[in-house]
Amino acid sequence: MIRLLQRLILRPLLADWGRTGVTLMSIALGVAVIFAMDLASEAAAGSFKTSMETVSGPDDIEILATGGVPVAVLGKLMQLPLPVKFSARIEDYAIVNGKRNVPLVGVDVYANALEVEGDAGVAVELHGIFVSESLGARGDLLSLQVNDEVREYKIIGVINAKQLTGDLVAMDLEDAEAVTGRRDRVDRVLVSLPAGEKENVEGWVERLRPELPEGATIRPVGARTEENRKMLAAFRWNLRILSYIALMVGAFLIYNTISVSVVRRRAEIGLVRAVGATKALMTWAFLSEAMFFGVIGGLLGLAAGRLLAEGAVKLVELTVQALYVSSVASPIRFDPGAAALSLAAGIGVSLVAALAPALEAGQIPPTEAMARGRIDTQLKEASGRRLWVALGMVIAAGLLSLLPPIAGKPLGGYVATLALVAAASLSAPSLIQFGARRLAGVGGVKSLLAGRSLAGALRRSSVLVAALATAIGMMTSVGIMVGSFRETMLTWLDGQIRADFYLRPAGTAAMDRHPSISDDVARRVEALPGVAAVDRFRAYSIRYHGLPVTLAAGDVRAQMRYGRTSLKSGDKDEAMRAMLAGEAVIVSEPFSEKHHVRVGDRLELPLGAARPSFRIAGIYFDYTSENGYIILDQAVLRKYLPGDEASNLAVYAEPDADRVKLRGLIEASYAPRRITVFENGALRREAIRIFDQTFAVTYALEAVAIFVAVMGVAGAMLALIIDRRREIGLLRFLGASAGQVRGIILFEAGFIGLFSQVLGVASGALLSLVLIYVINKQSFGWTIEFHLPVAAMLGALTFVFVATVIAGLYPARVAVRLNPIEVMHDE
Amino acid sequence: MAILEIEDVHKQYLAQGQRVAALAGVSLHLEAGDFIALVGRSGCGKSTLLNLAGAMDFPTSGVVRIDGAETSHLDDAGLTELRRTKVGFIFQNFQLLPTLSVVENVELPLLLAGAARARQRSLETLEWVELGGYGMRMPHQLSGGQMQRVAIARALVSKPRLLLADEPIGNLDTTTGNIILDLMRRAADEFDTAILMATHSADSTRVTDRRVEMRDGLIV
Repeated sequence: MIRLLQRLILRPLLADWGRTGVTLMSIALGVAVIFAMDLASEAAAGSFKTSMETVSGPDDIEILATGGVPVAVLGKLMQLPLPVKFSARIEDYAIVNGKRNVPLVGVDVYANALEVEGDAGVAVELHGIFVSESLGARGDLLSLQVNDEVREYKIIGVINAKQLTGDLVAMDLEDAEAVTGRRDRVDRVLVSLPAGEKENVEGWVERLRPELPEGATIRPVGARTEENRKMLAAFRWNLRILSYIALMVGAFLIYNTISVSVVRRRAEIGLVRAVGATKALMTWAFLSEAMFFGVIGGLLGLAAGRLLAEGAVKLVELTVQALYVSSVASPIRFDPGAAALSLAAGIGVSLVAALAPALEAGQIPPTEAMARGRIDTQLKEASGRRLWVALGMVIAAGLLSLLPPIAGKPLGGYVATLALVAAASLSAPSLIQFGARRLAGVGGVKSLLAGRSLAGALRRSSVLVAALATAIGMMTSVGIMVGSFRETMLTWLDGQIRADFYLRPAGTAAMDRHPSISDDVARRVEALPGVAAVDRFRAYSIRYHGLPVTLAAGDVRAQMRYGRTSLKSGDKDEAMRAMLAGEAVIVSEPFSEKHHVRVGDRLELPLGAARPSFRIAGIYFDYTSENGYIILDQAVLRKYLPGDEASNLAVYAEPDADRVKLRGLIEASYAPRRITVFENGALRREAIRIFDQTFAVTYALEAVAIFVAVMGVAGAMLALIIDRRREIGLLRFLGASAGQVRGIILFEAGFIGLFSQVLGVASGALLSLVLIYVINKQSFGWTIEFHLPVAAMLGALTFVFVATVIAGLYPARVAVRLNPIEVMHDE
Repeated sequence: MAILEIEDVHKQYLAQGQRVAALAGVSLHLEAGDFIALVGRSGCGKSTLLNLAGAMDFPTSGVVRIDGAETSHLDDAGLTELRRTKVGFIFQNFQLLPTLSVVENVELPLLLAGAARARQRSLETLEWVELGGYGMRMPHQLSGGQMQRVAIARALVSKPRLLLADEPIGNLDTTTGNIILDLMRRAADEFDTAILMATHSADSTRVTDRRVEMRDGLIV
């Protein structure tokens, strides 16, 4: 058996090193992408339990409230005759030296289990700070911006926490209260249970709940990490699905490689069968070839994936920050579970892809050593039937798309995607036959021979076309989806961004971070000549039914006067009136989809100490947050959470005001605070920039799939040329010039590119409908208007086409350099 | 004027670092309409001589002239042009392209040369080899003899001055082989084509004008 494997499988693999290399590379890249994305998204998601959690100490329960837990509540808790320890925390973000955002935590430095090199007592006296090692050394000065104010602090100590993986700034609770503007409130109260009660966390949660105001939330520590994971589940799931595209493309190449092996070695297989090898043995021999590709390619992929993860984590982190939550990615850790899963995916896909040709190898009778022509004739005859099956697959995809989400996941949509990819692959033989006939005349004898050669080697050429079409289909569909999303957002922004200027504290934005602008700045801007109105928008991150959501309040009167927010459902005028009356809120579309709420439903919201109930008066379109928004009037919010700070200001200018002069006045009004002013157009551009940044990871994944497919084309064409060397030699005998031979090969590459584009664009258009109306809707809840980004698509398709033709250059060079006498003599 | 002039041609190859003489001073002349059988054992240099005669290779020394053009003085483009216009090839295994129909196989040299009326000329040549109704068939639908007749049609379609045949009846039974030999004799007589045929068959000298025997790279 070992000798058989060596002679029948290993030796030819080594001899045909070019094709072996390309196939190994395709599997390696497929596995690398899966592994890299897994590590990267884990690092991005895992970061929630890093810096801030690390300094939590041995706490078991946390108490939270929107806008903070009143200090009075903490005082009341501490008076309780209970054997538990309460500690207060303030949590915010600070911008260090005007550059990076780092978590800022305010703790009681005397009572907290903060392990520092410096003396905790000194910190209070000097209003100093403790930092992670990454931010500086003891005695250094650090400039910190919190909200819109910048101050300089002295580093008193470096935090020793061994588990501290990210940046962190810690200061005494009182200093933190002052710098963050919390008034008699803390962000979290942590409860540490006595040693014997650590297992009874739920019991203590129920025991403490009656002592808390209605609006407070009490839960076990760590629930936030779980919530964040739950929040990111759909995003990570879709990212994972997307990361499998490259491996799927690789599967076609494995199929092609094993098919070529079987076809090339038919005579050999017949001979081995004649001397006693069983059918099963032959099948296993070729499955072991696939296993070779799966294992070696997979291991190479794990190594490459670990490297790729470093780059991928930056892309994923940007998306997570833009759409979900402040997240400083934790360092990449080699996860054996993820590695095993990625390797298993590589091996599994290789074996499944090789199953059909391996079974065929087992069926070869001992007496037979058939010519290629016969197999391809069979495929030609079957291609009509395959077309009908493809049509059936398209219909099945349509029906699958109608299924509701299963366990919160668009499984019907995913299977529909696979059905459409399969339909495109099944259509490849018919398209090649049809296309080769139609295009025979475009380039004279070169196109005739190229087309006939592809149609003659239908089994191989259709696999190549299917592989490239899959990559192009995915590129097209994601391109259409992202383009549609972008266009929808642009239209939405037109209605949404109506003010002349927008102000927000300087620094990068994130969905769960809402630094504020001081009330005095807002008042000064309101008083400026030329300012018609200022809409103060205040946002808080809250949890609704265990998921993060942004609760925000704006000036409904200003909205009624200037805004053009369009409601997806509900009457806008009635909704605004009800909001002003304090009895209703409006919610964003993703919120309504995620929490299954409709107009008329009621929401109980944790606001400060209270938990009032509001009617949903309208659902509005929003494309800025997947977690969703709940919007109420600012006067209503202030009733529960006093404070005039705003997360951002929308400034409406008088119609005849000089915008340039007004901007200067606004900038002068807040100096020296750190605030960013966006003009109307600039905010729109900023929104688009963030949008484009968000989808960068998608494009990167597609690029890998396209690269794998194009390299596959190059490798497979090289194998085709080696197999057809006699034909190429014959052409030289019959008077073909070197240029004509080169032209024939390049025409073949061009035809593969063209047929792949036709199939890829057709399947991609259908796939985009599934992505937009099924997978996106069921995963994220956004309504996206279909839009064809013609220019971008044409650019991408042209690039892929040119790349495919370029991929034919090396095989063409090999063809030209073949010695006709030698290759004819070989035969 | 001689169609093919081979004068004191030597051809050496490097095989595993050793110089091997495939031809060791061969001279041969073919006039228009000559039909010469080149006989000898395998490895005696017949195929090498055909390759040199067909402008597929250069001699190590000596001169090969095809219709007056010395092959050693031509570059790749010149050799290609020479093959297109002056030389036709017939092979033992027919060497038809399986993906092209019969008529497409025949017209292939004309298409490669960019010649006019390719289809019409190919159909006429097919008529000449008595396969008039077979143009649209595929090679695998033909018998061995029919395939070799298609190969002859392909070799003659561009009206070459020189036809080189390498064991053209090696894969055929005697009756079919005789038909092919007769067809080649007709080509020499009707078109004045010079034919050089490498063969093992003693019978083939029945239709040829001369028999040239080779041994160890020499004409004996």
